[in-house]
Amino acid sequence: MRGATILKANEDKTRQLNKHTLMAYVGEAGDTIQFAEYIQANIQLYSMRNSTDLTPSETSSFVRTELARSLRSRSPYTVNLLLGGFDPRTSKPELYWIDYLASCAPVPYAAHGYAQYYCLSILDKHHHPDISLEQGMKILRMCTDELKRRLPIDFKGVVVKVVDGEGIREVEYEDGGQVLAP
Amino acid sequence: MVGKDCVAIACDLRLGLQALTVSNNFPKIFSYGSQVHLGLTGLATDVSSVSELFRYKVNMYRLREERDISPQTFANLVSSSLYERRFGPWFVSPVVAGINQTDGKPFICGFDSIGCIDFAKDFIVSGTASDQLFGTCEGLWEPNLGPEDLFETISQALLNAVDRDALSGWGAHVYIIEKDKVTKRLLKGRQD
Repeated sequence: MRGATILKANEDKTRQLNKHTLMAYVGEAGDTIQFAEYIQANIQLYSMRNSTDLTPSETSSFVRTELARSLRSRSPYTVNLLLGGFDPRTSKPELYWIDYLASCAPVPYAAHGYAQYYCLSILDKHHHPDISLEQGMKILRMCTDELKRRLPIDFKGVVVKVVDGEGIREVEYEDGGQVLAP
Repeated sequence: MVGKDCVAIACDLRLGLQALTVSNNFPKIFSYGSQVHLGLTGLATDVSSVSELFRYKVNMYRLREERDISPQTFANLVSSSLYERRFGPWFVSPVVAGINQTDGKPFICGFDSIGCIDFAKDFIVSGTASDQLFGTCEGLWEPNLGPEDLFETISQALLNAVDRDALSGWGAHVYIIEKDKVTKRLLKGRQD
């Protein structure tokens, strides 16, 4: 499916930074991959030099600082990021919301762009701090169904990756049939 | 807000993009040394950047001088650091609160985004709810409040002001600073 407005429908917009940290990015084409791979390379370099991985919160500080530096440069990166990670020391999952202005916040759930308007209210209603992966996937399904129903542009589906103590894995996400109005 | 031998500083916890709330856990008060506290409102990215910049500057000051920075010195540091960016400012309106360890007197002041200091002996307000805060603080504050009364006053002033502003609220942090003690309290507040 390729046309005037869609060049590719299944691009994976994530980069693995280290064993248990994953970064998803959206924004200006070109900026996104350039910035994401710059961050990925530096995080991997840190892991090799020090034989230890940066924790997700440390990674978020590094990413934010780099983005904040770029913001006040001649050509800033217009990249919005979500940083998901599992801290092996505290055994806790973490999620960071970072936008192109380099505002960074630790959050229980997040979205970027128009999806925020449709998804955050669903997540706010159904999310609890101690939900299981299955319950989480159910809420995610509610979100993508809502996007199919209401997003003015054609919604091409999602890539779903899970970050936990074992590392990062992509999970099969059935692109279910028609979504009916409630 | 100033009390008798104590001073209080409080902030809400909302982070938002205009009307959209992104996070309700974004504190805007940062402590530098034992007694000096800095509140930052404005562009979220600059709140983080400026707080980190002052952490660096105050740590360097402490290593050089081998003592904690006084609130007055810190206020001048904030002022000159902001004016350094006169023609491309940090978009923040800071508030400083602390107790001077030499004379034991409370000190508060506020700034505009380019570092003009606003000294006050009662209270300083800042942020999107500043109009509302002026109202509640004018109404509730009185001189020589003790630490407990000051906590009640600043909390009521903040909570009632943010309830009259759509862009503020979602919880609050309140610090009561006394000469040898700092108490931090979390207020849940309205979450709608």
